[in-house]
Amino acid sequence: MSALSPSAGVECYASHSINITLNGQPRSLDVLPWTTLLDLLRERLDLVGSKKGCDHGQCGACTVLVNGKRVNACLTLAVMCDGASLTTVEGLANGDTLHPLQAAFIKHDAFQCGYCTPGQLCSAAGLLKEGRVNSADDIREQMSGNLCRCGAYGNILAAIEEVIQAPGEGNA
Amino acid sequence: MNPFNYARASDVNEALALYQPGSRFIAGGTNLLDLMKENVARPQQLIDITRLPLHEITQQPNDRVRVGALVSNADLAHDPLIQARYPLLSQAILAGASPQLRNMATTGGNLLQRTRCYYFYDAGVPCNKREPGTGCPARTGLNRIHAIFGASDQCVATHPSDMCVALAALGATVEVQGKQGTRVIEFADFHRLPGDQPERDNHLADDELIIAIELPAEGFAPHSHYLKVRDRASYAFALVSVAAALKLEGGVITEARLALGGVAHKPWRNTTVEAALVGQPVSHETFTAAAQALVKDAQPLAGNAFKVKLAKRAVVRALDEAALGGARS
Repeated sequence: MSALSPSAGVECYASHSINITLNGQPRSLDVLPWTTLLDLLRERLDLVGSKKGCDHGQCGACTVLVNGKRVNACLTLAVMCDGASLTTVEGLANGDTLHPLQAAFIKHDAFQCGYCTPGQLCSAAGLLKEGRVNSADDIREQMSGNLCRCGAYGNILAAIEEVIQAPGEGNA
Repeated sequence: MNPFNYARASDVNEALALYQPGSRFIAGGTNLLDLMKENVARPQQLIDITRLPLHEITQQPNDRVRVGALVSNADLAHDPLIQARYPLLSQAILAGASPQLRNMATTGGNLLQRTRCYYFYDAGVPCNKREPGTGCPARTGLNRIHAIFGASDQCVATHPSDMCVALAALGATVEVQGKQGTRVIEFADFHRLPGDQPERDNHLADDELIIAIELPAEGFAPHSHYLKVRDRASYAFALVSVAAALKLEGGVITEARLALGGVAHKPWRNTTVEAALVGQPVSHETFTAAAQALVKDAQPLAGNAFKVKLAKRAVVRALDEAALGGARS
């Protein structure tokens, strides 16, 4: 712990050291208690794929995987991620080889403005791991935490459906 | 968000020892952090309890099931034991929030989430729940989502949980621990009506922790149903929800449970109506009479009179589905 003063406060607040694995790379960081995971990723680590849409857990644009599970990074405190393994949209591809979901999103034109896409991709990656999809309606319901203001839902659904039906992916 | 200190506890006693006035315990944080961003909650210290050993779902010797306070909503809903014995609970949890939020939110935290009343959430307007004594703009303002049962002059807010509606119907108990020791609270007595203390949502003391929920041996698995009516098909709070559970013998009701969400400051159970269902045949007439009896105490506001009719119809449909074996369909 090291002591830091907030800009106008009279009290001193301690920053905390955390160790995380971020997209496969170990990282040691000092974070202030009120830094959200989303702000850590975007403002300090220049991983701006994860988006700040609503900042209240309502839109899903900030979705990342923490220990393999999809969560809203805007409602996660960075300090509470100590010891966790994190995957953001920047870590989905394997080098130059796109994740099957990324390839399917391109093939199906599953976006218009693209702002929600990183969250859609991470959420869909979490959905694949969960393995509870048996129908297109299941995908719709289980992707309900990700809003798309452009209304690209039809193509997002088609992209995810194709990946789930591919051999070795999903359970449908 | 206001600046605050952070401390991490590794067991229950350490968490309780770290508590001081102005502290809040944090686990999933999905509601607390949101309230902090809105300046509704301003804790001086957050005590991280996610490392406490409260992550287990265990079958007890008396056939009850104990759910650790830190079991995530997703893990609880998808647990094979819960799905088999308490499908009503799984169904209710999966009707709420989004997959992301259910991965984060915990069993204990779900009980402690606060109302989504617009006025409570807006730190720029008065609210008796947020700042006691300042008034209730909802009573005369936009009150489409507000309570039709058990409200007071001071507060017309509703409890937002789906999970708690099922727990109320099932008759769960809540185990809490403070520096003085542990105590067990019946689910019906955990949350409270607003009365003249709307700032208090429940009977948990600030320095107490929820340790576990216990589910009774009877889970009503063959005949239960959770029906949620909301403004969109998914990822929205209930306007009205109904947890219905029945025990049947030869087409006659031998036990009935009925709890409503979205209509009161706490999950709304009416044991008189439940008792009146016992001995009645499974029929549309039986269920309509129960629904009629249940809504006769309703006191709607200017914007939510529709909830009375909605609740009545939802009760009939939920009971119909339960009789048919709805949670398994």
